[in-house]
Amino acid sequence: MTLGIVSYLTFFAVVVTILGIATLGLNLQWGSTGLFNAGIVGFYGIGAYAQAILTAAPRPELLGNFGLPWIVGIVGAMVCSALMAALVGLVTLRLRGDYLAIATFGIATVLQVIALNWDGLTGGSLGMTSIPRPLASLFSDPFAYNVFYLGLTLAAAAIVYVGLERIIRSPWGRVLKAIREDETAAIALGKNAARFRFEAFVLGCTVTGLAGALYVSFIGFVGPFDFLPIITFQIWTMLIVGGSGNNRGALLCSLIVWALWTGSGTLISRIVPAAYQTQGGAIQSILIGLVLVLTLMFKPRGLIGEEPVVSRHAR
Amino acid sequence: MIGQAIADGVLTGAIIALGALGVSLCLQILRFANFAQAELLTFGAYAALTFTGFATAGVSIGPLSFGWQLLVAVALAGIATGAVAVAVDRLVFAHLRRRQAHDLTMVFASFGLALILRNLVLLLWGPDAHYYSQELQIAIEVLPGVRLMPDQVFVLGLALVLVLTLHVFLRFSRLGRAMRAMAESPALARICGIGTEAMVRWAWVASGALAAAAGVFAGLTVQIRPEMGANLLLPILTAAILGGTGSLFGAVVGGLVVGLAENLSALVIPTSYISTVPFILLLLVLWVRPQGLFAPAGGR
Repeated sequence: MTLGIVSYLTFFAVVVTILGIATLGLNLQWGSTGLFNAGIVGFYGIGAYAQAILTAAPRPELLGNFGLPWIVGIVGAMVCSALMAALVGLVTLRLRGDYLAIATFGIATVLQVIALNWDGLTGGSLGMTSIPRPLASLFSDPFAYNVFYLGLTLAAAAIVYVGLERIIRSPWGRVLKAIREDETAAIALGKNAARFRFEAFVLGCTVTGLAGALYVSFIGFVGPFDFLPIITFQIWTMLIVGGSGNNRGALLCSLIVWALWTGSGTLISRIVPAAYQTQGGAIQSILIGLVLVLTLMFKPRGLIGEEPVVSRHAR
Repeated sequence: MIGQAIADGVLTGAIIALGALGVSLCLQILRFANFAQAELLTFGAYAALTFTGFATAGVSIGPLSFGWQLLVAVALAGIATGAVAVAVDRLVFAHLRRRQAHDLTMVFASFGLALILRNLVLLLWGPDAHYYSQELQIAIEVLPGVRLMPDQVFVLGLALVLVLTLHVFLRFSRLGRAMRAMAESPALARICGIGTEAMVRWAWVASGALAAAAGVFAGLTVQIRPEMGANLLLPILTAAILGGTGSLFGAVVGGLVVGLAENLSALVIPTSYISTVPFILLLLVLWVRPQGLFAPAGGR
């Protein structure tokens, strides 16, 4: 019984850490730079599918499935996500902010269509199974493996966290904030705002792609119905509730929001009769939406909020 | 084949155009892209369904599948959806405006509201598909090789009437002129004694009513489903940008272009990929002519 709970908590912690990484990626975009990415699930999904296509064992009916080592998959997933972000970014980042929102929303829609219909590459609606998990042969006990994988994702999250903290404190990171606060002033100081925005957007999406790849090589399965638009809303909520601009808040609220999401899901599935489960899911989504909108209205800085000063010279 | 695709494209285009008009109004008066517009469309379709539920779709008029009751339902749904849009503005957007929140915060709030509205519809009306009428229709040959249902012809006609009404209203009525002034410059409009909050309210009423009409038309020509609006969001936003943000004429042309592009590309690409067409159009427009086809002179 207790082992069951511990085992579940380990699984839960892995998912939270992975979503936390995706939230860190979004924080660089929205928190630091003020870029609205409405298609996070698209970049998360690219990472996931790239990992699957690169590392899964070959199957005659699939074009991909190259059977490459795990780490090649991870790097490949980040590159694919970055390339897609570069395409969207090149077209939209010199324009007003709403256009990036619309274009990113569009790319998520398009990728969903491709995942669902390009059977030869993605496995279509059935998805792809038996995606290799790193070093799985060393562990005979599934619980021990989950603990190992938790360590792996925590290490990845730590690297991303430390990296992003250093980046936003660097001169480059301070320019991002300057552009977000007053673009004209930043341009007047000789900063190429469009280029900085582009770099921040691509880097953020690379991190999101990493999260997707980590998720797939943990679950061992990828399918179009695992990458629904609700993920975008969940990750947004994790960032906004924690306080955009604050990486620690982003990580903390990945935990809080995911606990609320799974908790409310369990509660609803207990209370609501089986015939009305769709409506139960609707209640869950409404809750996420309400948290998002109410936070924007009444606590725009979130629970923790952004540090006003990040330069060590200005303290 | 091509003739039929063009006819279907114009029909889809008319529905997209009505949605895009709402987005365009919002872009002009409130200056942000409203991601919740498509959900107003879903709400409108279901509101009309509920009204016809009280009175049934009625005895069919001529070859149409519905009676005068549906026309009344469209009007009532328009009012109800306009009221919902105004209520949402009062509750959420007005609050953010008072705080002088960033434009993108408004986009963001509309994004969250879209999720809430879509799931409220799911909660209230359930996940199943509905129809206004069970009556079967026989397509009539309107031109050689082009067949349309009588309902579709009706939808095209009423959409045209709505667009012309909106045009006349904005062009000649006092209120419409005030709204256009506000779109040009809120500060100048305020100096001239125009109540900007009232203009904002009327913009919501109009875009809510247009969304409801589009929703009923989409429900009449296809079916009524909780995700019908969400599936139209990308075409609608693309149409609004394609036409030029802030140009109502452009929104109509944009809607027609998107509708035609979708239906014509169905001749050459598998139908399951049709929903990627608006996105490709969107990237093309943003790359080649980001101000849209009919941007107003001296646009932003």
